Amino acid sequence: MKPAPFVHLSAGSIDEAVALLLEHGDDVKILAGGQSLVPLMNMRLAQPAVLVDIGRTPGLDAIAVDGALRIGATARQSAVLRSPAVAAAAPLLTDALQWVSHPAIRNRGTFGGSVAHADAAAELPSALLALDAEMVARGPQGERTIPAGDFFVTYFTSALEEDEVLTEVRVPPRSPAERTGAKFLEIARRHGDFALVGVAVSLSLDAEDAIAGARVALCGVADVPLRARAAEAALVGTRAGDVAAATEAGRLAAEGLEPPSDVHASARYRVDAATTLVRRALLAASPTAPGGER
Amino acid sequence: MAIDASSRHDPTARRVVSVVVNGEPHSALVESRLLLSDFLRHELGLTGTHVGCEHGVCGACTVSIDGQIARSCTTLAVQVDGAEIRTVEGMAPGEELHPIQQAFRRQHGLQCGFCTPGFLITVEALLREIPDPSEEQIREYLSGNVCRCTGYVGIVAAVREAADLMREA
Repeated sequence: MKPAPFVHLSAGSIDEAVALLLEHGDDVKILAGGQSLVPLMNMRLAQPAVLVDIGRTPGLDAIAVDGALRIGATARQSAVLRSPAVAAAAPLLTDALQWVSHPAIRNRGTFGGSVAHADAAAELPSALLALDAEMVARGPQGERTIPAGDFFVTYFTSALEEDEVLTEVRVPPRSPAERTGAKFLEIARRHGDFALVGVAVSLSLDAEDAIAGARVALCGVADVPLRARAAEAALVGTRAGDVAAATEAGRLAAEGLEPPSDVHASARYRVDAATTLVRRALLAASPTAPGGER
Repeated sequence: MAIDASSRHDPTARRVVSVVVNGEPHSALVESRLLLSDFLRHELGLTGTHVGCEHGVCGACTVSIDGQIARSCTTLAVQVDGAEIRTVEGMAPGEELHPIQQAFRRQHGLQCGFCTPGFLITVEALLREIPDPSEEQIREYLSGNVCRCTGYVGIVAAVREAADLMREA
């Protein structure tokens, strides 16, 4: 349970990190907090020849709001969880981060690391999908942005090229007047473990609490986080907190799902869990629910 | 971090890692693949930090890095060069146990003791953040630490007692 030997190179800047990735080709991994990568290396499931360490690279861990909410890739998960700016601009992220592992892991684990790792059961990717976020990547050709809907390709695979570094996640602003609701819920074997199924809900409401727009994203049910588009469409125009509408959305969200069966849960269990979690999250995201006002 | 040009691409090259552990400065020449848990135990002889699962699940190896608890088995020593580390050895510098340790002893918060160092460091962080935690807060905060002996009831009682002791102090 020890990592195989590797060369450890600290990147002094993002440009240096990109240059090191180019120099070392396909047997290089980026190390940020290491909370996913180091366990994989301990178990020898990953044996990279070179690690490019961006954990202390300056300018990568800021959290800022300038219109959009901008979260630097190496901001620690615990820092994002505690950030008043994040809680104000994207309460769904604060909610989702409470489900991400344990305090000792969140203190080291980075926000961007969890995104770039692209674990199908991870919370942040589905929350970012529900928030219509964009990932900012830096490569040899410069910077590009990748919508969350295009970023997650399959298990542990993102749209990042081998010579690209994820530098920032941007969550689009909402107008201060906009009434919204958000909730993240999951079922796991114990709190902090990987989700068997998780659901992220983001609602925008009109003045009469009717749903004007809904985004529902699931994790743990496929190789990538999935939008439940049929459920989203059916919710528009219904009243937030309407039990029948939320139940129907749960049924629609689970329709056609083909989740994996594994030692933790069967596919059938995951389908049932998705049905129930979507209903619960929609009701909890309603402003009339206790603590639902966002 | 000391590293010379010739060794930059040698995976077995050693480099100096310097840390302050429980207030004492330490340096050692180590491979980049050395885990912080092994750095503490093998290089510094601080065997109070225990190694259980060695992939970040059990919490036995929990230490504090620059005031933040972390898993020493999923942290590389080279990642914490220059950091301040606190381990269980730092809790009771003299003959008298730390209030959290006293409470664990009185409330049967341990049996075999293997997981205890990780629990103690985690509880210290918990009580700093939340001086008077509810049972639910205690259980959630400690959810990343596994104990196979106690069933956790004694541990939760110990945290409650430690919270009282430390608020009176």
